[in-house]
Amino acid sequence: MHNGIIIGAGPAGLTAAVTCAENGLDVIVLDEYMRAGGRLLGQLYEQPDGKWWNGIKESERLFQQAVDLGVQFRFGTAVSNIEYLDDMWVIYTEKEVLQTSNLLLATGAAESPVPVPGWTLPGVMSVGAAQVMTNVHRVKPGERGVIIGINVLSAAIAMELQLAGVEVASLTLPRMSEVTDVEAHPKEVMDSLLHVSHMAPSPFVKLGSKFMKGDFMKKMGAAFYPKNGVKMWDIPIQLRKAVIEIYGENQVEGVTLATINSKGDVVPGTEENIAADFVCIAGGLYPLAELAAIAGCPFYLVEELGGYVPLHSEEMETTLDGLYVAGNITGIEGAKVAAAQGHVAGLSIARNNGIRSLDYKIMDAIQHVKTTRDHAYIQFHPQIQKGRSKIQDQWNTYQRNVQEV
Amino acid sequence: MTDRRILDHPILGEQKSQKEISFTFNQKEYKGLQGEPIAAALLANGVRTLRYHEESGTPRGIYCNIGHCFECRVIINGKQGQRACLTPLEEGMVIESPAPLPTPVRDWRYENA
Ligand SMILES: Cc1cc2nc3c(=O)[nH]c(=O)nc-3n(C[C@H](O)[C@H](O)[C@H](O)COP(=O)(O)OP(=O)(O)OC[C@H]3O[C@@H](n4cnc5c(N)ncnc54)[C@H](O)[C@@H]3O)c2cc1C
Ligand code: FES
Repeated sequence: MHNGIIIGAGPAGLTAAVTCAENGLDVIVLDEYMRAGGRLLGQLYEQPDGKWWNGIKESERLFQQAVDLGVQFRFGTAVSNIEYLDDMWVIYTEKEVLQTSNLLLATGAAESPVPVPGWTLPGVMSVGAAQVMTNVHRVKPGERGVIIGINVLSAAIAMELQLAGVEVASLTLPRMSEVTDVEAHPKEVMDSLLHVSHMAPSPFVKLGSKFMKGDFMKKMGAAFYPKNGVKMWDIPIQLRKAVIEIYGENQVEGVTLATINSKGDVVPGTEENIAADFVCIAGGLYPLAELAAIAGCPFYLVEELGGYVPLHSEEMETTLDGLYVAGNITGIEGAKVAAAQGHVAGLSIARNNGIRSLDYKIMDAIQHVKTTRDHAYIQFHPQIQKGRSKIQDQWNTYQRNVQEV
Repeated sequence: MTDRRILDHPILGEQKSQKEISFTFNQKEYKGLQGEPIAAALLANGVRTLRYHEESGTPRGIYCNIGHCFECRVIINGKQGQRACLTPLEEGMVIESPAPLPTPVRDWRYENA
């Protein structure tokens, strides 16, 4: 028996584990990946102070801290189901069934797919896949790539690819789905619009090249232009054209770009081929919250947070006894915010285990999440603060209703 | 080929040396690094196609590289449905692509019929 079980060894789960162990709890962390760090592993960028944020080093540091405090880890362990039985959370993995009274879900985020004709060809991958191959496993995803989808993540990863000596031939947009498609595939189209809408295509298309000269791109340029090094903006960015097809016999050989009119049709004669041996698709991130759904948490759709998120408090509790959430499962933000949330969750779990005098610490930790958010370097949604308030309002309403009943 | 590997990186530095081991993929022998994901070892050998679609037989490779999409499922030492992007490579591993199913699964929705 453990005082707490944590699913996910990303920055949120690791920080929560460290916090629990510091408060004398016996915790175990489960992760389906082969090592600790989650999506922090692939991250690599230069911060405003000129220091590089090296995700591998940060992950190793957190992991070592946890191990030194006696936290146990089980890697290669995917959790397929959880349920609440006799006041205990039961966690099912392929190898064993575990039990605990305090369970933290820190499963992070996933990338939204954007179907483009030809996207099943080997060599087409999500932009995060290319990041992990390059920075974590140190294998080039290819020699020359095209990135479809322009957002904070794809811009950052384009730079990381260049840094590793992989050529990025173009950053481009996908062809947007047409309204008529909604009738044919309502769910798919709605899903893709939900996940993509805040991240990229439509506003870029609308504003066109004028936008490029605007403030946003300047900020992006400043953010991703390392002082001594790679010229991120050597990468051609195509905003007027969209990828209409990825072609190749048995694997990617290139993409076809074309100008698209307002009806979504290709303007004849504008097609242009770009040779590439790999293609990255960047559809934006959404919270990976299946386990919270299985558990029976109520969900809210908060666009600013990247999609459906389980209802939770600032103290990282869900509406279910002994079930907590932290990190990107609660909304898409950077690793530092995820870690700060993990600290709050760890304290809340310790308090629930009977550790006393934690109230002030929890208040401080919640404040620290907010400060970290305010100073966040990479923001996935400009209205993140608004999204956080929405979920807080929902929580308050829920609590009032429960009290009335 | 080693030039698919990023041995030296301007920020991350030199790749930590790992033990080189042998494995087979579809009966062919390859070399890879102990503990790296199978998908990375194959890509370092220039292999992108991991399997063929159950119905259409068209080739498939990795998509998400972090365990979410199951596009990379292969047979490892006889065990089906294993994710190549999550499974660490070990000496002597026998890896195979699942073949298209003999009785194709059909999509009966009218728009695809
Ligand atoms: C592909 C990708 C790339 C990203 N790149 C960046 C970037 O460059 N910069 C940036 O600031 N942010 C990036 N992010 C955002 C990233 O989510 C946060 O920075 C941060 O890593 C979130 O931390 P977390 O602890 O919430 O989750 P994660 O770091 O995602 O960790 C979650 C962990 O849970 C494990 N897990 C999930 N489900 C299960 C299960 N059922 N059973 C067992 N284990 C499970 C996963 O294997 C993973 O290790 C990226 C996100 C993704 C998805
Ligand atoms: S590539 Fe998506 S699960 Fe392996």
